[in-house]
Amino acid sequence: MTKINLTVDGATVSDDVEPRMLLVQYLRESLGKTGTVIGCDTSNCGACTVHLNGRSVKSCNVLAVQADGAEVTTIEGLAQENGDLHQVQESFHQCHGLQCGFCTPGMIMQSVDLLNENPNPSEQEIRLGLEGNLCRCTGYQNIVKAVQHAASANASEGDAS
Amino acid sequence: MTVVEEPTSAPEIGRDRRRKEDQRLITGRTKWTDNIVLPGMLHMAMVRSPFAHATITNIDLTDAKAAPNVVAVYSGADLDESAGVLINAWPITPDQVTPAHPPIPTDRVTFAGEIVAVIVARTAAEARDAAELVDVDYDELPAAVDLKEAAADKVLAHPDLGTNKSALWVFDSAAAGTGSDVEDAIAKARTDGVVVEREFRQQRLIPAFMEPRSVVVDPSGEQLTMWTASQVPHIVRFALAATTGVPESKIRVIAPDVGGGFGGKLQVTPEEWIAWWVARQVHRPVKYTETRSESLMAAHHGRDQWQKLTLSAEKDGTVTGFKVELTADLGSYISLVGGGVPVLGAFMFNSIYKFPAYHFACQTVLTNKAWTDAYRGAGRPEATFGIERMMDELAVETGIEPMELRQKNWITHDEFPFTTVAGLEYDSGNYEAATEEAMANFGYDELRAEQKQRRESGDTVQLGIGISTFTEMCGLAPSRVLGSLDYGAGGWEHASVRMMATGTVEVITGATAHGQGHATAFSQIVSDRLGVPFEDVQVLAGDTAISSKGMDTYGSRSLVVGGEALVKAVDKVIEKAKPVAAHLLEASIDDISFKGGTFSVAGTDQGMTIQEIALATFAAHNLPDGMEPSLDADATFDPVNFNYPHGTHLCAMEVDTETGQVTMRKYTCVDDIGTVINPLIVEGQVHGGLAQGIAQALFEEAVHDEAGTLVSGSFVDYLVPTAADLINFDVSHRSTPALTNTLGTKGVGEAGTIASTPAVVNAVIDAVRHLGVADIQMPCTPERVWKAIQSAGAGGAEPTTADAMPHFDPAEGAEQ
Repeated sequence: MTKINLTVDGATVSDDVEPRMLLVQYLRESLGKTGTVIGCDTSNCGACTVHLNGRSVKSCNVLAVQADGAEVTTIEGLAQENGDLHQVQESFHQCHGLQCGFCTPGMIMQSVDLLNENPNPSEQEIRLGLEGNLCRCTGYQNIVKAVQHAASANASEGDAS
Repeated sequence: MTVVEEPTSAPEIGRDRRRKEDQRLITGRTKWTDNIVLPGMLHMAMVRSPFAHATITNIDLTDAKAAPNVVAVYSGADLDESAGVLINAWPITPDQVTPAHPPIPTDRVTFAGEIVAVIVARTAAEARDAAELVDVDYDELPAAVDLKEAAADKVLAHPDLGTNKSALWVFDSAAAGTGSDVEDAIAKARTDGVVVEREFRQQRLIPAFMEPRSVVVDPSGEQLTMWTASQVPHIVRFALAATTGVPESKIRVIAPDVGGGFGGKLQVTPEEWIAWWVARQVHRPVKYTETRSESLMAAHHGRDQWQKLTLSAEKDGTVTGFKVELTADLGSYISLVGGGVPVLGAFMFNSIYKFPAYHFACQTVLTNKAWTDAYRGAGRPEATFGIERMMDELAVETGIEPMELRQKNWITHDEFPFTTVAGLEYDSGNYEAATEEAMANFGYDELRAEQKQRRESGDTVQLGIGISTFTEMCGLAPSRVLGSLDYGAGGWEHASVRMMATGTVEVITGATAHGQGHATAFSQIVSDRLGVPFEDVQVLAGDTAISSKGMDTYGSRSLVVGGEALVKAVDKVIEKAKPVAAHLLEASIDDISFKGGTFSVAGTDQGMTIQEIALATFAAHNLPDGMEPSLDADATFDPVNFNYPHGTHLCAMEVDTETGQVTMRKYTCVDDIGTVINPLIVEGQVHGGLAQGIAQALFEEAVHDEAGTLVSGSFVDYLVPTAADLINFDVSHRSTPALTNTLGTKGVGEAGTIASTPAVVNAVIDAVRHLGVADIQMPCTPERVWKAIQSAGAGGAEPTTADAMPHFDPAEGAEQ
C-alpha cells in the first residue's frame, strides 16, 4: 500500500492505496465520487475524464499514486459552491448536448479543457478536440453546438467586464 | 371558487423545453447501477471461456476458493433449479429448434465469452484476482463460425440438436391473399421486363451503449430487489418469476439511471440470472459490473444476415415483384426476441412502393458466436437497406433517374390509408412533400451537376449521391398482431396519474427511459392536457414497486403507446373531477366545461381549478353522494396498429479514387413523424440514429476469426464513430398526424438508423459506379472502396481481415 495526499474538488484527502489502483477507481470506490464513470478498458472512450492540475486526463490512464500531491477536479467540482453551474454545464443543458448522460461528465470536462486552451474554436477544432470522448446517443451535433454556445457566452461575458 | 382566467402560456406540445433530467446528469449526480453500495455487499467476477466451442473436462476451483477474501466460487455444476434458465420469448415457428440456455453451462461452452464460473469476494479487485486462479480444462470442438457454412450444417453449433437450422419463417403475398404470386412476376419479367438479383451482407454489429451493464441483487427484505442497467425491468421481473421459482409478488426490479441501450439492454442475461441465484446462496447483496471487453464480447450483438434479393419490374421501372431470402445468424442461443428480429423486417422490404407481389423467407441459424437480438431498428434497417439498395440497382439497370424511379412506384399521399402487399395498413403520410423539401434543402440538382462535372473532368475525387426514402413500422405493438406472430407477450402500455392534495401531479409510466427524455416529454403532454404547470408534473418510472405495470421501452413505442396511455389516464382524471366541480359549483354537470386546467360553468365567470378540486377531493368534506374520494386514474392502452413514420434522406459522399478514402459532404433528411412533442428531443433522436446508421455503412463490424474469437473486442478495433468522424446533419420535420392515437404521434427513436445506412452506401457506390463498381460490402472502409475500384465490378466483397495484426508467413508470401 502507498499513502497518497491530494486535493479533490477542493477537499484535501489522504488514503492508502494499492499501487495498481487507477485514479478513476480511487475516485469512485475510495472517495464515493461516482460522478466520474468507467466506460471502457482501453482508454478510448473518455467517460472518465477529469482535470489533473488544470489539464484534462483520462483518469483510467492515471494511477492513483500518480495523483499524489496533485489537484484533481471532477465533474462534481465544476459548479460554483453556491450551486451556479459552470458555463459549459449550462450550455450542454441549453443545447440538448446529452441524452443518457453517461459520456457527459467526461465530455464536459474535456470541453472545459478545450475551451481553456482554445477559447474560440472552429467546428472542426471542436470535433477534433473531442475525438477522445465517445458518445453513442447524440451523434455529437448538439455537443458541438454546446461548446460553441459556451465559447460565445464566455466571449460576451469577457466583453461585458 | 375563483374567477376564470384566460390561459396565457403557449401550449407545451411542440415546445423545445429543456430537459428535467439534465440537472443530475450534468453535475455528476446520476444514479448508475454501478454506484450502488449496500452494507455487506459482495462483488462478483466471471470466468469466461476463451473458446467458441469446447467441452469442459475439468474445473478446479480450489485455488480460487482459497484466495484472499473470497466468499464463494461456483461453476455450472453448483447451480440448481432455482438458478432458472434464460428464455426465448418469441419462438417464430412452432417447430423452432431452441437450445436450452442455463446461466452457466455444465459440460460444453458454445461461444467465446460464455461464463463458466463465478467468483464472489469482498472487493471487485479481489474477485477479479481470484478469477485468474480458476483452472479450466477444455477440449476444443470444431466451431460453427461462418454463417453460410453453418446454414449448410457443415459444423454443428449444438451437436445434440442435429442441425444449426433453427426456424424457417415465410410470408407469401399470394398465400396470404394480400397480393399475387412473386414467381409469376419474376418469370414474366425475365422475358418482358427487368430482373435484378443481388446478394447483400448485413454485417454483425455491437450496440455498444456507453454504460457497461451492471446488476446488484439484495436478497434481504420482503421483496428481493434487483437493480439492473436494463431497458426492461418489467420483463426481467416476469422472466425471473417464470423461471427461478420466486413469486412475481416477491420480486422488485429497478432500472435506475441507465446509460443507453439501443436495444442492447433489451434482454434477460446470464449475468442477471447468476447474480439473482448467487445472492440467494450467500444471503448478502451482490454486485457485478462488466468491463467493456466483456460487454463487447457477451452482450448481445445486432444484425448479421445474408440477403438474397430478387426484384422484378417492367422496363419502364414499375415494380412487379420482390422476393427476399434471408439467412440470419442467431448466435449460439436464441435470446429474448432474437429469432424474431428478422421477422420484424419481413413486413418492411416492400417499403413505400406498390409491389403487387412479395415473398419473404428467413432461415435463422445457430452458430458458435454471441447471441444476436434487437439493435436500433431491429429488422427494419435490414429491410430498408435491402429495398433502397435494390431501387438504386434497378435505376442503373433501367437507366431511369433513381429519385424518379422511386417516385413512380411509391404510394401517393391521397392513397392513404393504404394496405400493402405485406398486409399492413399505413394510415397516413406524404412521401412527395417530404421528398420535395429534402431535395430543395439538399441542393439535389446542384450536387448532381457537380457530380457530372467531376465525372467529365475525370477528377480523382468523385462525388456520389445516395437516396433513401423509407417508412418503418414502430410503436410496438398491437397485442393481437404479436399473438398471431407467436410473440410471448403483449404490446400495451400503462400509465397512472395521481393528483396530490397540494396541487402537484405524479405520473407513473410503464415505459423505461434510458436517455430519451420521457420525464420532460410526458410532463409536456400532461401539462397541456390537465392544464397544470410543466414544473408541477413529476414522472416516475423504472421501478416495478412504483410503476407496477409496463412493457418497457424499445421499438419506438414509448410516446405512441405510452403517451397514449398517459392521455387516456389524464382524460379519466378530468372525467372524475367533473362531477365534483359540478357539485361544488352547484351547477348541472352538462354546464361544466374544462379548459386550461379550469372547470367553468357555461354562461358565468364561475370556475374551479383542477388543483382546487384535488384538494377538495382529498378533504372529502363535500363530495357528491357515493363518490370515491379520489381523482386518480390508470389507463392501459393497446394500440390497434403499428405507426408508420416516413422520411427522405439524401447523402453526398466524396470518394478519393486513389486511396479509397470517403468523406461525407452533406447529409439532409426530412422525416414525417406525425405530431412533434418536443423538437429538441426529436432532433437529438434523429442525430443519434443517423450516427449509428452511418457507422454501419462506414465504420463498424463485429469480426470473428476462424476459431470464433471476437477480434474486434475493444474500442480500438470496434469503431464507434467519434465527433471527428461525423458532420452536422441537416434535419427537418413534417407532420402528417397519425390516425391511430390521440396525439397523432408516430415515433422517431429508430428512424434515423433505419434510413441512413442505404443513403450512405448508395452514395459511395454512386460515386464510383461509372468506374465499373457494382457493389461495395459494408462497412465501406477505404480498403474495400479502393479494392472495388481496382477490380471494378468485383464488389469489394472480401471478408474483413480477421487479425488485428495480419500474420506474415515467409513461406506463404504476402499477408494471409
